[in-house]
Amino acid sequence: MTINEIQDEIIEDFELFDDWEGKYEYIIDLGKKLPPLDEQFKTEENIIKGCQSVVWLHAFEKDGVIHFVADSEAIIVKGLVSLLTKVLSEQKAEDILNADLYFIEKVGLAGHLAQTRSNGLAAMLKQMKTYALAYTSKELKV
Amino acid sequence: MERTKAIIMHQDFVEQIRKDFPILEQKINGKPLIYFDNAATTQKPKQVIDALTDYYSGYNANIHRGIHHLAEKATSAFEETRKAIARFLNAESSDEIVFTYGTTDGINLVANTYGEAFLSEGDEIIISTMEHHSNIVPWQMLCEKKGCVLKVIPMSDAGELLMDEYDKLLSERTKIVSVVYASNALGTVNPIREIIEKAHAYGAVTLVDAAQATSHIRIDVQDLDVDFLCMSAHKLYGPTGMGALYGKRALLDKMPPWRGGGEMIKEVTFAKTTYNELPYKFEAGTPNIADVIALKTALDYVENIGLEKIAAHEQELLDYATESLKGISGLKIVGEAADKVSVISFVMDGIHPQDIGVILDQQGIAIRTGHHCTQPLMQRLGIVGTSRASFAVYNTKAEIDGLVAGLHKAKKFLL
Repeated sequence: MTINEIQDEIIEDFELFDDWEGKYEYIIDLGKKLPPLDEQFKTEENIIKGCQSVVWLHAFEKDGVIHFVADSEAIIVKGLVSLLTKVLSEQKAEDILNADLYFIEKVGLAGHLAQTRSNGLAAMLKQMKTYALAYTSKELKV
Repeated sequence: MERTKAIIMHQDFVEQIRKDFPILEQKINGKPLIYFDNAATTQKPKQVIDALTDYYSGYNANIHRGIHHLAEKATSAFEETRKAIARFLNAESSDEIVFTYGTTDGINLVANTYGEAFLSEGDEIIISTMEHHSNIVPWQMLCEKKGCVLKVIPMSDAGELLMDEYDKLLSERTKIVSVVYASNALGTVNPIREIIEKAHAYGAVTLVDAAQATSHIRIDVQDLDVDFLCMSAHKLYGPTGMGALYGKRALLDKMPPWRGGGEMIKEVTFAKTTYNELPYKFEAGTPNIADVIALKTALDYVENIGLEKIAAHEQELLDYATESLKGISGLKIVGEAADKVSVISFVMDGIHPQDIGVILDQQGIAIRTGHHCTQPLMQRLGIVGTSRASFAVYNTKAEIDGLVAGLHKAKKFLL
């Protein structure tokens, strides 16, 4: 599936909720279901520090696409992390770089990205794109 | 009957006050706003907001140098605030009040002037475990520059400073003791008079970070015999980005200036500059005139209600909140000092503070979560952070009930 197809699917999922409670229950559920990151990847290098909670992001390339696995100590952030990895993982570096993540605004979660200092989610998104950029330049050099 | 009467009086008191705060009328996420982030900043009464508008629409002018009508009016209002702060803190003279950007700026000023001029290698500075980063970092920077040593007063698990340990840290090498009056993260009110007395016995100079104290505790700088005291306007129903440093005249006089520029000079030639007298020596550049003027309105507002009355109301809220929160299973209050301002920090089993903050926000309840700019304190307590509710004059017991309901909901969601 393309990045936009996945985004549209998420938007559709969120349309089922008519109040914040359903929406947050869903996000919390996503957080609980996201498998914890393997301890070996919880390195200093993989930490994205927010003011309030830590996000770990590990990226690797396999079969021409970039994989992201991530975790957080706060469950709502972990749910949001789950959404971001769902959208951007196993995509081509170039597509990740060019991605316009309109789903965040559409499902009413933009506030979480604006609080850059408090949860590191915006920093995580930036880091995902940075990995993609690093990979494309690697490709170009070859 | 008596109890009912007391409750009605309480409600009337707060209802009247709430009318002064336009921001409290709004709904957040469809729910009436419950603002419990007062330790971060208090809301502003319309009198303060009006003072800002009046200044900009009526007499905006640069101060001290102009001879025209507007400049004189602005200068006089600006200087009235200085006098009002001097009265508020019971300083001997308004010359001992220096305007700053806030508490952080005041501490930096002292570190960069007094510290710069009078500290040298091997000298010691004492702070405490519960300091805000603002009362840690400026001293660390000074220590790095001068080769001084930073010592830290430890505290008990309840969040009270261990005064016996403080005694052991004091010596002839102690040059500065800089301690917070009331902890922003725990609410602890420190025995500041005793801390000052003991420091003076060793000839050390004292600084009190009063950012969190001014809106709850009557401060008398002469009675405390404190050497420096820093405060912020925005935690006292006043504007953001300004505050004051109180300093004893004898100390301020012998301190070198810090920032150079306009206002702080007497005469400038390319060969040499002579500096202005107190307090202008420390006030370079055009100050934050409007906000300084509005701070006087904020002080008047507090004094009209009565600081003691405000403190009594807040104490009632704190006691009520402490009892109420203790009823939530899995919740632990962090900071159980005998003497506290209206700050209540807590952690909940199995729930990250940030998640609590997000779920409460959805219900229109504003609290603070995280390390509260006191990372060393959180390390001491072995936690990543807390959730913190802090109360001001306009808060009510009904709002605390709202918080309790909100926390029950958060638990249901997150566990």
